[in-house]
Amino acid sequence: MSDVALDQATTTATPTVINLRKVLGPAHVWALGVGIVLVGEFMGWNFSVAKGGAYGSLVACWVVGLLYTCVAMIDSEITSTVAAAGGQYAQAKHTTGPLMAFNVGLYLVMAYTMLEAADVLVIGDLVKMGAEELGRPGVDPHPFVFFMVAALAFLNYRGVFMALSVNFLITAIAFVSIIVLWIGVHPFSPGEITQHAEMLAIQPLPELSNVPGLPYGWMGVLASFQFGIWYYLGIEGTCQAAEEVRSAGRSLPLGTMTGMITLLIAAALTWWICAGMLPWDYLGQALAPLYDASKMSGSTFLHVLLWVATVFSATASANGCINDASRAWFSMGRDRYLPQWFSAVHPKYRTPYRSILFLIPIAVAFGFTGLLAQTITFSILSGLLGYTFMPINVMKFRRKWPLGSIKRGYVHPGHPIPAIVLFILCVATLFAVFLGFGAQLLAMMMFYILASIWFAFHRYKYVRRGDQFTMSWPRPLGY
Amino acid sequence: MDFWDILQYAAWAAAALLVLWMVFDAIRISQHFSEDVLTSSQEGIDELALQQEQHRSGR
Repeated sequence: MSDVALDQATTTATPTVINLRKVLGPAHVWALGVGIVLVGEFMGWNFSVAKGGAYGSLVACWVVGLLYTCVAMIDSEITSTVAAAGGQYAQAKHTTGPLMAFNVGLYLVMAYTMLEAADVLVIGDLVKMGAEELGRPGVDPHPFVFFMVAALAFLNYRGVFMALSVNFLITAIAFVSIIVLWIGVHPFSPGEITQHAEMLAIQPLPELSNVPGLPYGWMGVLASFQFGIWYYLGIEGTCQAAEEVRSAGRSLPLGTMTGMITLLIAAALTWWICAGMLPWDYLGQALAPLYDASKMSGSTFLHVLLWVATVFSATASANGCINDASRAWFSMGRDRYLPQWFSAVHPKYRTPYRSILFLIPIAVAFGFTGLLAQTITFSILSGLLGYTFMPINVMKFRRKWPLGSIKRGYVHPGHPIPAIVLFILCVATLFAVFLGFGAQLLAMMMFYILASIWFAFHRYKYVRRGDQFTMSWPRPLGY
Repeated sequence: MDFWDILQYAAWAAAALLVLWMVFDAIRISQHFSEDVLTSSQEGIDELALQQEQHRSGR
């Protein structure tokens, strides 16, 4: 909407249209996707080492990297045509139907809100840890958790351009810090600081494995997939910016694919640094392994830099999660899947301000629990369910609107191979999650089933079915 | 009361102020604009494309 129209809305309150502001470019899309994920290199991925050893974690890094590359390719193609806030929710609405769309929307909101809670919880712990290292034990992390949520919500409330510009800056600093650390541990002088030969000589447990380097055998490698997700969890969040980018067909594929390349580099460097500096049995349970590696380097500069970078990565992740969760919630409100009240757009800042406000107490409440493992597990499981839907989504999309029938900003190569690979890897990862968090997985499935029943029997009557299909596409093939 | 105590109180206060500002602003906006206007956002409308189209056609 032009400024003239906005002035008119301000002065006369005549009905007009207030849409989200289209101000983002590929760099913001990159900042959103990588910003959400990069915290996973600073913490979390290393739990895969406890499951499958250092080599098992490397296999998980590659295999789960392949899973997310498929996710990025498929998402890039569909979102370059479905340029709507809500991302995968809006895609599901167009390709599958309301009940699936409702579930996908819930997966998104839960995945991002829980990840945001985990991020601020980590920031609180990092402040506490930093205070302890400066000689002041017993600092309460709660005020810092509350402050981070409030400050980032405020930033998002005031406008998407500034929120994601800040994300670009702090994400870039965090990414560069990994490269600086890699250079700082002298990668071309093996044995000087890093000790890969010694650290990777892991003896297998005789009753479980006879494969050198894999303490729990191939089953351990499979189990490590559930934490291998941390290397890349959230890159699909770039889709939520679809309605606010200047050119969806160009910016989203470019931002998402360069984001994925950045993460593959960051994941490989992270594994290499940590696997060569920390014993695998310590690495498998460390809170912040890159920060620990920086301390082991003996450099005060790297020590300080990695503390700052760890805080920045968690901040960028929380900031991106607020952006994404609020867009998904807003989008569901706009379609009346939730009360329409949530679909309000701020007339000055052009942000979904009520959705941003509504999600603050939820993130703070989960951040205050201190239950990092449970919170992040809920996020991972919700994300995985969303990924499992994507192969179905793209199959339906290509069948209903074959190539050439609508304009696409990007066409992913090799269809249907990426969809089939993604589906197989999702099933394998869900099995891995079941091995470690079977009860949580079943409890969460129960939650989504109950929510679906509520939607089908109570909420669906408010949905305007004719308004669901918003893209100016031809009638789908076969209809 | 040391530096860290002051920092904790400052964090509580700053967070509360930010949330209060957003809540008051949201209330103010609700009073100044009708719900029809605030919830008028439309999916699938590309304003930039429309503006470019209007520019091309000389309107």
